[in-house]
Amino acid sequence: MSEPILEIRDLRKSFGALKATDGVSVELQPGQIHALIGPNGAGKSTLIHQIAGSLRADSGTIRFLGRDVSGLDMAARARLGLARSFQISSLAQEFSALRNVMLAVQARQGSSFRFFRQVASDRDLIEPAMAMLERVDLAARAHVPAAELSHGERRQLEIAIALALSPKAFLFDEPMAGMGPEGSKRLTTFLDGLRHEAPMLLVEHDMDAVFALADRISVLVYGRIIATGTVDEIRSDPEVRRAYLGEAA
Amino acid sequence: MNRETTVNLLLALLLLGAPILAANLGEPFYVTLATRVVVLALAAVGLNLALGLGGLLSFGHAAFFGLGGYVAGILATHAFNGEPLFADIPATTSMPLIWVTAVVVAGLVALPIGAISLRTSGVYFIMITLAFAQLIYYFAISWPAYGGEDGLSMSMRNAFPGVNTAKPLPYFLICYAALMVTLLLFRIVEGSRFGSALQAARQNGTRLAAVGIAPFSIRLVAFAVSAMITGFAGALYADLNRFVGPSMLSWHMSGELIVLIILGGKGRLFGPVAGAMIFVFFEYVLGGITERWQFFLGLILLGIVLFARGGLLGLLSGKPRHV
Repeated sequence: MSEPILEIRDLRKSFGALKATDGVSVELQPGQIHALIGPNGAGKSTLIHQIAGSLRADSGTIRFLGRDVSGLDMAARARLGLARSFQISSLAQEFSALRNVMLAVQARQGSSFRFFRQVASDRDLIEPAMAMLERVDLAARAHVPAAELSHGERRQLEIAIALALSPKAFLFDEPMAGMGPEGSKRLTTFLDGLRHEAPMLLVEHDMDAVFALADRISVLVYGRIIATGTVDEIRSDPEVRRAYLGEAA
Repeated sequence: MNRETTVNLLLALLLLGAPILAANLGEPFYVTLATRVVVLALAAVGLNLALGLGGLLSFGHAAFFGLGGYVAGILATHAFNGEPLFADIPATTSMPLIWVTAVVVAGLVALPIGAISLRTSGVYFIMITLAFAQLIYYFAISWPAYGGEDGLSMSMRNAFPGVNTAKPLPYFLICYAALMVTLLLFRIVEGSRFGSALQAARQNGTRLAAVGIAPFSIRLVAFAVSAMITGFAGALYADLNRFVGPSMLSWHMSGELIVLIILGGKGRLFGPVAGAMIFVFFEYVLGGITERWQFFLGLILLGIVLFARGGLLGLLSGKPRHV
């Protein structure tokens, strides 16, 4: 196997007596979509937060592109090329959809300490941002403030922002959450195409989407990974069926 | 031209026209009153950068206002007495030099204060900025060389090349020009990449970090620039009154600047200008009727906070819009 893009080793995080992450190891290989599934409260979002850097792990290492990033904050990890989406949309609410994406373009260009040139007429920001909105089918709503977008549109905008960072890996935390069946289906097709741009660690509850997309699946229960494997391996794993899929089926 | 621009232009013309008219009618008092509006507005423009754009509720901006004032007062006193400032650095009565010094001093003091305060947020940020300002306040009170509790009187206004600053109208025009230039710079910075990042930091710091921009560094620079503008206003204020005292550094002053912004409209270009106009107007009109004028100002503030969050500019020109 090739060198993993993202390599998590023996990560641990406790909140008081609760072991939210209890010795988790995961690898994300180039070109892959690695899905992370598990019942509510299994610690999936906590894990994503630690990988993205918004939460500090108690112990363990996170290597990204061969480099230990455990000590870096979220902004520094993002600059290295780790793009995340949030389980609950997290946007600059007063800014238009376009300005939200322009902010990501600006961050990628590494140029936030410029005080004169006006962003409203800066084609170096507007054109790439508009292209990202077109990719997620949101161009028509470019000038609507994020606060006035529908739930589904905000999810699309989160993805456009992540794309605008030209990342080396995506971390998506339930991108389908709250989307209708039609929206989920379209997003599934869209994410499918993304794996060639960058590998993806995907937390998702929508099992149809997970089985359609994932190259590998890890099952997280009570902060531990109880199984990792291909879709077929996970489907037929008796322990997984008991712990998780059994409840759903 | 949209409505906000029209309102801004009218405010700017009113603020320029009224004192010119008063000067021609031989009423220099009103010119001085208008200068007070302009200088307070400028100080609040500084705070508006941190508070309005960046969402940083600094309760310690009096520190920078006072520092600017003391820079003007100390330099003028030394120059008047013919004493060098340090070993062989001469003091000066040149306003441009004093302004530059005030701006640099305010910025240099703001950097460490900001670097420490910005590690906190919310009510802790408010308290820690207040604490730093009080520290400087008590330092000024206990330093007899520069007047201590009594402050420093300046025997005459500092000089500006080619202008008789002792007359009220020319001095007003200097301050007015300073305000307009600063407002222009404020508008430019607001629309720049830095301004985008700063406003995003206010709306959602996590989002900013998630795209790879550390909110801390953006906020720190904004805090320092904000302090520099307020420090500049402090220097002008000292020259206006020909006096600088610890009251410029007191927490009342910090509160006043916040009140100005809330009255006028937080984050709006002309918010501080409108706020200072209302504030000085009430201070003068109500202050002439009753010593308890601040009680009524309090009622107005209450009304604005409850019913007109956008301040006067929100009432006059509606919601702000982002591209």
